[in-house]
Amino acid sequence: MYVAVKGGERAIDNAHAWLAEERRGDPAVPELGIAQIREQMALAVNRVMAEGSLYDPDLAALAIKQARGDLIEAVFLIRAYRTTLPRLAASNPVDTGAMAVDRRISATFKDLPGGQVLGPTFDYTHRLLDFTLMADGAPLTDAVPHTPVPSPRGRDGRGGETPRVPHVMGFLNRDGLIETALPDDTPPPDLTREPLELPADRALRLQALTRGDEGFVLSLAYSTQRGYGRTHAFVGELRIGIVAVEVDIPELGFAVEIGEIELTECETVNQFRGSRTEPPQFTRGYGLVMGQSERKAIAMSLVDRSLRWQELGEDFTGAPAQDEEFVLMHCDNIQATGFLEHIKLPHYVDFQAELELVRKLRAEAQAMQEAAE
Amino acid sequence: MSDDTQSGAYTFAYLDEQTKRMIRRAILKALAIPGYQVPFASREMPMPYGWGTGGVQVTAACLTPEDRLKVIDQGADDTTNAVSIRRFFQRTAGVATTEATMDATIIQTRHRIPETPLTEGQILVYQVPIPEPLRFLEPRETETRKMHELEEYGLMHVKLYEDIARHGQIATSYAYPVKVEGHYVMDPSPIPKFDNPKLSGNPATQLFGAGREQRIYALPPWTDVVSLDFDDHPFETSKAPHDCDLCGAKDSYLDEVITDDEGGRMFVCSDTDFCAGRRAEGHEGRLGGDQKSSKTFANSFEGIWPATAGAR
Amino acid sequence: MIADALTGGFTDAPLQSARAFREILEALARPGTIRQVSGARPPPPLSTAAGVVLLVLADPTTGVHLAGAADRPAVRDWIAFHLGAPLVRAEQADFAVGTWTALHPVTRFRIGRPDYPDRSATLIVECDRLVNHGPALTGPGIETATWLNLPETAAFRANHGLFPLGFDTVFTAGDRLSGLPRTTRVEKI
Repeated sequence: MYVAVKGGERAIDNAHAWLAEERRGDPAVPELGIAQIREQMALAVNRVMAEGSLYDPDLAALAIKQARGDLIEAVFLIRAYRTTLPRLAASNPVDTGAMAVDRRISATFKDLPGGQVLGPTFDYTHRLLDFTLMADGAPLTDAVPHTPVPSPRGRDGRGGETPRVPHVMGFLNRDGLIETALPDDTPPPDLTREPLELPADRALRLQALTRGDEGFVLSLAYSTQRGYGRTHAFVGELRIGIVAVEVDIPELGFAVEIGEIELTECETVNQFRGSRTEPPQFTRGYGLVMGQSERKAIAMSLVDRSLRWQELGEDFTGAPAQDEEFVLMHCDNIQATGFLEHIKLPHYVDFQAELELVRKLRAEAQAMQEAAE
Repeated sequence: MSDDTQSGAYTFAYLDEQTKRMIRRAILKALAIPGYQVPFASREMPMPYGWGTGGVQVTAACLTPEDRLKVIDQGADDTTNAVSIRRFFQRTAGVATTEATMDATIIQTRHRIPETPLTEGQILVYQVPIPEPLRFLEPRETETRKMHELEEYGLMHVKLYEDIARHGQIATSYAYPVKVEGHYVMDPSPIPKFDNPKLSGNPATQLFGAGREQRIYALPPWTDVVSLDFDDHPFETSKAPHDCDLCGAKDSYLDEVITDDEGGRMFVCSDTDFCAGRRAEGHEGRLGGDQKSSKTFANSFEGIWPATAGAR
Repeated sequence: MIADALTGGFTDAPLQSARAFREILEALARPGTIRQVSGARPPPPLSTAAGVVLLVLADPTTGVHLAGAADRPAVRDWIAFHLGAPLVRAEQADFAVGTWTALHPVTRFRIGRPDYPDRSATLIVECDRLVNHGPALTGPGIETATWLNLPETAAFRANHGLFPLGFDTVFTAGDRLSGLPRTTRVEKI
């Protein structure tokens, strides 16, 4: 078998060797362990899991290490790995009502059954650099030690039943003040297995958004707040915690819990004046993201609501966040960064074609000018 | 994790069987509807979108262990991305590779059609960035799909005619749109329009893969492909008005290489196999065949790398 | 019955399906050329070639229709085990297998939609033999003309007239197969 070996291969090998060296950095500094990244860079790990669409904190941590902290590159590594995994089963829908919550807040009610649980949030930290962290010391804090909410299924693994934490939206629904979301057992489409087809249904949009780029979804959501497709959102509820993942085993005739995942769920309450067919009531926006990914979940719920204009009989105002095709075709950062960065690959054949064209057009323009003089 | 330890972990040609079946079904429908873009559930490949993920998936679905694979980028076998894709298939499919167009059974290409005429039984796989020829006239997929359905290609003709009104000629020099068997308007991928005539009546099977955009399309052998034009402004090809400085070819597509900072330049065949073959036969261009090769130019950036890894 | 169902698939799927697909690709890229395939031993009355086409292309995401004598328990079990493909009515089929008579009327099969002409059926037509003799075929994939012993011409001429819609056909006989996509113009005889 003849295998061509040429200079380009050596250049690539050298580049990879250099990259490995840069990744390691100064060998005098201890090397990062996967466990350290997983435990101490958890929010980066969460983002990589969410946008990589694969719940595996260790692999996400590995990807972050391998990618030198470039999170989009890490997402890419996870996505490429995910593609090769066989589909063994589809889980039952997770029950976020049975979530063992670490954090659960509502912006619409001062208090509510289940209570407001602040949880591990940056919200009220003062953004002052904590130099004790730099000195490898513990941060200065007056707080009482963390007592987790009863979290029987949580990471502590204490026994007992999970108390159900009712959804705020359920209270509004009881009074008919918010649109009823009917249960739907239609299997959702999967854009990782079927080509994206437009118009998309809500389930497909939500899938695209939950794995979409956090920055892109954030900016779109922000644009709706500033007036581009305004939907007046309140965070009805935001909850973060652990849910059980169950899979039906046909041979057994019942579902078996195969593990737990951390999720962030956000439901927004949005103003709606009513339409020809519907009386005025509140409407819903929904966000559900793997891991503790609060900014993403809130942003997702705003964009979800904005994309529902047609279904709710609202006007299309031309806002980007209302435009399903625009949002879905551009929210994936792996697609976006690939196409963006590919322009650094050789294009000299095309460029040569353009050069010839411009030279020809210039020559003709010059000839015409000279003829005119 | 070294590259070699990974190879055993993946199936022949990387993709799992179900994915290959899905791609293979799309390829067959593409062959049955020449020029129509068949949607397919493109997978995330271990190389970025834009690097040829569509072409790689099509090649992976077509490869057999007996194939001899050639990979070119910009016409050259040794541009870095061509090297990288060839290596990918060497590693995951163990196929033989070649640089000789005439010896290859499958050729994956980015931006060129080889100068050497293709033959029956060969497959040419194009990497496609934007498969939709109407995309820059109408950004919405929902709209362009309708336009193809109704064969409503007036917008494209208006665009080309505006070029003529403004520039006296059609100002599209690559990815020049074509009409297939009198029906679908198709993007031939960003090949220079110099290559367009080779699309038509070609004995080889031509397959086009767009990974990010999730489309596969095809031209069966001997398919009639017409570059769009007007009676008073017929389609014409173009290339740099020079001969190859290495092999003297008068009719090959040329790369322009800047040789110094005082305006010096040379023109060399973009198809490195074609150029090397001619020089082996004794053809010689303005700058002769011995002191420089186009491959040296293709890799001239190599000099900036340290001789051995980590020698900084 | 079950023992039948478990055998007769590919023993080395990645390589056998790759080689077989290339033959199928050649057959549809060059209508009328006759190719040889191997690797499947489906229960009768399915031919080796029909079994190979199903193994290469059908799976749980594609509906398979068994027409006439092909619709028997051994074949159904074999398809369930090796492909996991749902068995469906003719009107829903991605792939339909049977003799030409059994597949009639072929106007039942999906011909795609104007916006998605690819969503159409592929018919696997079991024949006694395949020879390059019969009505002339012209069109994409054919340099000048070729000939194939089609079971009839009118249905294929009508199907071609629907372009870009239409079904596509693979003729199978023993371990040989030949393709006739909707693009092929069939001589009127």
